[in-house]
Amino acid sequence: MAFEALTQKLNDIFKKLKGKGKLTEADVKQAMREVKLALLEADVNFKVVKDLIQKISERAVGQEVMESLTPGQQVIKIVNDELVQLMGSKEAKLNFSSGGITVIMLVGLQGSGKTTTAGKLGRLLSKSGKKPLLTAADIYRPAAIKQLQVVGEKLDLPVFTMGQQDPVNIARASVEYAHKHNNDVIIIDTAGRLHIDEELMDELSRIKQAVNPSEILLVVDSMTGQDAVNVAEEFNKRLALTGLILTKLDGDTRGGAALSVKAVTGCPIKFVGMGEKLENLEPFYPERMASRILGMGDVLTLIEKA
Amino acid sequence: MGFFDKLKQGLSKTRNNFTEKIDNLLKFTRKVDEETLEELEEVLISADVGVNVTQKLMESLREHVKSSRIRSTEDLKAALKEEIKGLFPQQKMSLQPPCILLVVGVNGVGKTTSIGKLAHNFKNRGYKVIMAAGDTFRAAAAEQLDVWGQRSGVDVIRHQEGSDPASVLFDAIQAGKSRRADIIICDTAGRLHTKKNLMEELRKLYRVCQKEYPDAQLLSLMVLDATTGQNALAQARIFKEAVDISGIVLTKLDGTARGGIAIAIAQELNIPVWFIGVGEGIDDLQDFNPDEFVDAIL
Ligand SMILES: Nc1nc2c(ncn2[C@@H]2O[C@H](COP(=O)(O)OP(=O)(O)OP(=O)(O)O)[C@@H](O)[C@H]2O)c(=O)[nH]1
Ligand SMILES: Nc1nc2c(ncn2[C@@H]2O[C@H](COP(=O)(O)OP(=O)(O)OP(=O)(O)O)[C@@H](O)[C@H]2O)c(=O)[nH]1
Ligand SMILES: [Mg+2]
Ligand SMILES: [Mg+2]
Repeated sequence: MAFEALTQKLNDIFKKLKGKGKLTEADVKQAMREVKLALLEADVNFKVVKDLIQKISERAVGQEVMESLTPGQQVIKIVNDELVQLMGSKEAKLNFSSGGITVIMLVGLQGSGKTTTAGKLGRLLSKSGKKPLLTAADIYRPAAIKQLQVVGEKLDLPVFTMGQQDPVNIARASVEYAHKHNNDVIIIDTAGRLHIDEELMDELSRIKQAVNPSEILLVVDSMTGQDAVNVAEEFNKRLALTGLILTKLDGDTRGGAALSVKAVTGCPIKFVGMGEKLENLEPFYPERMASRILGMGDVLTLIEKA
Repeated sequence: MGFFDKLKQGLSKTRNNFTEKIDNLLKFTRKVDEETLEELEEVLISADVGVNVTQKLMESLREHVKSSRIRSTEDLKAALKEEIKGLFPQQKMSLQPPCILLVVGVNGVGKTTSIGKLAHNFKNRGYKVIMAAGDTFRAAAAEQLDVWGQRSGVDVIRHQEGSDPASVLFDAIQAGKSRRADIIICDTAGRLHTKKNLMEELRKLYRVCQKEYPDAQLLSLMVLDATTGQNALAQARIFKEAVDISGIVLTKLDGTARGGIAIAIAQELNIPVWFIGVGEGIDDLQDFNPDEFVDAIL
């Protein structure tokens, strides 16, 4: 449902409100059904939607129906504000270790974009004057090591590999290597895994224990549906994530998963992947994401000016 | 392990969540009331079935309830199952060698892995198979397919990274003809359906297959990650437009995602699911059966 469709529906609902001063509970309830459907269609998890609708309803009831706005737009503004607030109100930066080497671990489901993102992050850090090392700790996926090597070569970044040995040892050895070669950041590319895979989830815990990362970032495909919360919850429970990276936002997904994973982990979204190329990594802007989930584009700025 | 057991195992996570919820729902509710229906609606939504199809399904259930054809909660569950099963198109995959399978989909859904599994599967059924490394874009994509070639004992036709995928397919087709292959399975680079130039490239690959091997049966297979939400509908719609999708491979059903979006795709675009992926191993591919799928998730 595009913004126009949603505002249209809300405006229809509120048409009869002309002349009323404030929104009543009944007015809001009807409108909230439409908002709920819009959020569900954007893949926001249904439990997250429920909580959100409750909060928004509370705020919307009793609101003055401002004269410059139609009530429909006003409700959307409240919805938008809540979404932005939930997603974190400002851009989040990476944490660096105060002394010594900063270790960043990338984790997530199969195919979410970890290896590509490892390269992208390495590129960004290198541009900001750091000396990153990429560590190939995916020993399972066919040609995963080779993939990271190709990425490193394209970026002219060193890649640490040790074949198919225990990923915990690889991670540990890469720290030693970094010490010797003056690398100040290590980005560990781990194998994709299901959050319900006991053995492989335990492997991540052991890597964490071995190298004490400053950042453990969950890489999430922005096209993910309702299951995003289960995945994020489990990874967070096991590893105490420090942040999230959303990938594949260059398509037309509404990206409700962003809201879902943020809501269940409380972790900030630190970057978004905007393409397959290694320069396509951008900071996360909560306002943009909120507009996107609501299907609004630039319309919000119009509302604010109205 | 038989097909049915493996399917059940693959879908077991799916099944547990879903069935538990419904069973709990049904256990504690004696008669079918509005609240039961609303909770059922929630179960469908949380399986990624989508708002539209869920509402259609619920409408029809409500009709049945009104006309008193559904009295108990058991009737309700059975009716919902029937309703969903009915949405899947009946077309089975029917291979008529020589055959070209063009495997397409967005990034990271499991195309290359599914091709490896399919090659193994077809080879075991006595077909001569060739794989074409048509993803010349992603880092080490051809090496990845090579590993699957070794695992399944199937030849891979590949060029250098960065070369023209159309020429890889061209070569694979020539090789297929001269080696008398029954099935040529073509990998393609992952691409978002919104990228106009990449979709145009895909159309070109389709045309190359038509032109270079007019006698072959050409089937486009779309690979869909079961974890995907509502965006999958747009994916299916646009890939279908570009290369006339014949069937879907629904991957990663070994996780907790339920793949309900396949129901929406069946309903809105009439595309059948032919295979499901239930793991990363070479044997983790199963034929899709709508009845078993619905039984396994409801
Ligand atoms: N369009 C787009 N594609 C992306 C983005 N990030 C990654 N990809 C693509 O997604 C696919 C999977 O990326 P990988 O980096 O291999 O994912 P991974 O998480 O390392 O995968 P596994 O190691 O198999 O778990 C590749 O085709 C990437 O090019 C993005 O932001 N946009
Ligand atoms: N758990 C699970 N993982 C799968 C399944 N199918 C594929 N994968 C994994 O998903 C990841 C991506 O698979 P690929 O086959 O590389 O996907 P792709 O569509 O070829 O990716 P690109 O070529 O980068 O677009 C790999 O880590 C696979 O092992 C499945 O059925 N279950
Ligand atoms: Mg990887
Ligand atoms: Mg591939």
